Amino acid sequence: MAVEKMSIAKALNESLRLALDNDPKVLIMGEDVGKLGGVFRITDGLQKDFGEDRVIDTPLAESGIVGTAIGLALRGYRPIVEIQFDGFVFPAYDQIVTQLAKMHARALGKIKLPVVVRIPYGGGIGAVEHHSESPEALFAHVAGLKVVSPSNASDAYWMMQQAVQSDDPIIFFEPKRRYWDKGEVDTESIPGPLHKAVTVREGSDLTLVAYGPMVKVCVEAAAAAQEEGKSIEVLDLRSMSPIDFDAVQRSAEKTGRVVVVHEAPVFYGSGAEIAARITERCFYHLEAPVLRVGGYHVPYPPARLEDEYLPGLDRVLDAVDRSLAF
Amino acid sequence: MTVESTAAARKPRRASKRTSAAKKPQSAEPQLVQLLTPEGERVEHPDYSIDLSADELRGLYRDMVLTRRFDAEATALQRQGELGLWASLLGQEAAQIGSGRALRDDDYVFPTYREHGVAWCRGVDPTNLLGMFRGVNHGGWDPNSNNFHLYTIVIGSQTLHATGYAMGVAKDGADSAVIAYFGDGASSQGDVAESFTFSAVYNAPVVFFCQNNQWAISEPTERQTRVPLYQRAQGYGFPGVRVDGNDVLACLAVTRSALERARRGEGPTLVEAFTYRMGAHTTSDDPTKYRADEERAAWEAKDPILRLRAYLEKDKLADEAFFTALDEESETLGKRVREAVRAMPDPDPMALFEHGYADGNSLVDEERAQFAAYQASFADSAEEGK
Ligand SMILES: Cc1ncc(C[n+]2csc(CCOP(=O)(O)OP(=O)(O)O)c2C)c(N)n1
Repeated sequence: MAVEKMSIAKALNESLRLALDNDPKVLIMGEDVGKLGGVFRITDGLQKDFGEDRVIDTPLAESGIVGTAIGLALRGYRPIVEIQFDGFVFPAYDQIVTQLAKMHARALGKIKLPVVVRIPYGGGIGAVEHHSESPEALFAHVAGLKVVSPSNASDAYWMMQQAVQSDDPIIFFEPKRRYWDKGEVDTESIPGPLHKAVTVREGSDLTLVAYGPMVKVCVEAAAAAQEEGKSIEVLDLRSMSPIDFDAVQRSAEKTGRVVVVHEAPVFYGSGAEIAARITERCFYHLEAPVLRVGGYHVPYPPARLEDEYLPGLDRVLDAVDRSLAF
Repeated sequence: MTVESTAAARKPRRASKRTSAAKKPQSAEPQLVQLLTPEGERVEHPDYSIDLSADELRGLYRDMVLTRRFDAEATALQRQGELGLWASLLGQEAAQIGSGRALRDDDYVFPTYREHGVAWCRGVDPTNLLGMFRGVNHGGWDPNSNNFHLYTIVIGSQTLHATGYAMGVAKDGADSAVIAYFGDGASSQGDVAESFTFSAVYNAPVVFFCQNNQWAISEPTERQTRVPLYQRAQGYGFPGVRVDGNDVLACLAVTRSALERARRGEGPTLVEAFTYRMGAHTTSDDPTKYRADEERAAWEAKDPILRLRAYLEKDKLADEAFFTALDEESETLGKRVREAVRAMPDPDPMALFEHGYADGNSLVDEERAQFAAYQASFADSAEEGK
């Protein structure tokens, strides 16, 4: 049996190691990824074992990192780049949005851009500004990019393998406050496709839709609701672009009520897309409007206020009550 | 999917010769502008003379000692859990105090996140710098009250703001200057290159003050550049100069000269202060992972404070009473900072909705009202529970 218990951080590290091992064209690039092993140690030990030409410490320049990764991909490499923190992806946003996302289409499909952009994202670690952002909607809105986020160690391991093997550019959001959460990883049995949603808890009264860091909160909320006799289903989207709307629809039709939960601001967030799409797809099955729980339309607050900002158990349960009251 | 090999089969792969980067920049190490040797000897430089009174010299010493004391207190407070993070300036006191004391009140400063010594020179109360590191605000001071802008975390961004501000100064016909601080790592950012271009073509009165402390977290300067950093300026069409960043007199003289050049309408200058980050990058960093102890020890011998002290003592510019009084002043400062941080309250939750917009925003008003009602519902249920 190849089942091991490991943290999300360790699962990512093992998965990157496997990717380097399997394919000599795979490269890892980023600030501090070499000797230091990354500020979160996700690339720990990889430079030591694979050399400076495979695990490349880059200058402190995000546009440069992504722009050169594009060039390397054009030359047949498969770069996995690390952006140190969510808030620092923006110097590279131009390269990602105007170049990485569109080149395949512009070349009428003749070239492929197998680039993975890893971004530790989200709040809850008490950091200073620009270290706790959830910019997934900004990327999901851009055609040509795929956007995913694991919520547990097994997904971290396997979704990374799948992302590296994808010929499309993937924005791989890692829920940084879950890095140290442990879970079982079966390194032999390959799970379902990268963009498929997974039901992490069955229920019949209401569906909580989440991804990344909020999946754990939703599972806890469902357990708490259970004690009050409410049966809550929890769906882990895993992929924010594309979204497995069939899975959301199936669950919505089963329970009749949907609450979407994410850390990013609700306004123009991924919850808006899900709510609209589900309303279109299963209007007559819904017992209540699709509700959303997330951040406010304010700059991500200083650390001492982030508990107020981030959706916790109470805010999720409050939305569950409001939905059930319709 | 192809997922066949296992951990056991992995072996190191040889780096290809063509692509591996050389370790050292090729050009010889250039001369530093130096006015005070590491042993505390005054030396002269043909282009940068300086003549300070004993009072002024003691003032620089006092600034450096108090800044170091403040920094040490903040590091201790982080260890005690009072601050979430701290970026220490240990080792960079001369670069910061020297350049900071070269400024006039009407000059404007754009710092990164480590310029605690420059803030000190601007008269910003040091306790104001701690709010951001404690996590109660994202800045916490009015940049215009001391002409000292907010700390900037996104590397290199502020160099463009400084350039634009300087363009405005020139448009206004004023003779103030602007100074932008950044690190050697930041020199790789596109924003910094663009600020060099803009400042050169618009002849903006800005001084780029790069503290080359040798490291950008774990990346050495060689990972950012193959030529000495100050030489970059030449390609943009303005002068660059490398100064001994652990020599407060040289930092003062070189910065003063660059600021005067800006005031005369002659455009930007790049000053590279060659110095060393004695501590970790921040309190979350572990430098033992990437750098050797011997390197730190070599730089310890160039300590900016000990060097000036040696000079003050040798030339009898300060007596024992001065040093004793300064020790006491340091302790008082440490105590004041400690108390101020401990007394710093957490923000009111409703502060979430403050200052997002200058003109207000109806969406925020709606969310604020919902949030207030939600908060009140807890108060109500607490009441009911009584
Ligand atoms: C755009 C951006 N990328 C990455 C980071 C993370 N980061 C913070 S400080 C730092 C190193 C900065 O080095 P340097 O510019 O030399 O300044 P120093 O900290 O040495 O003073 C890095 C990579 C950041 N803050 N901003």
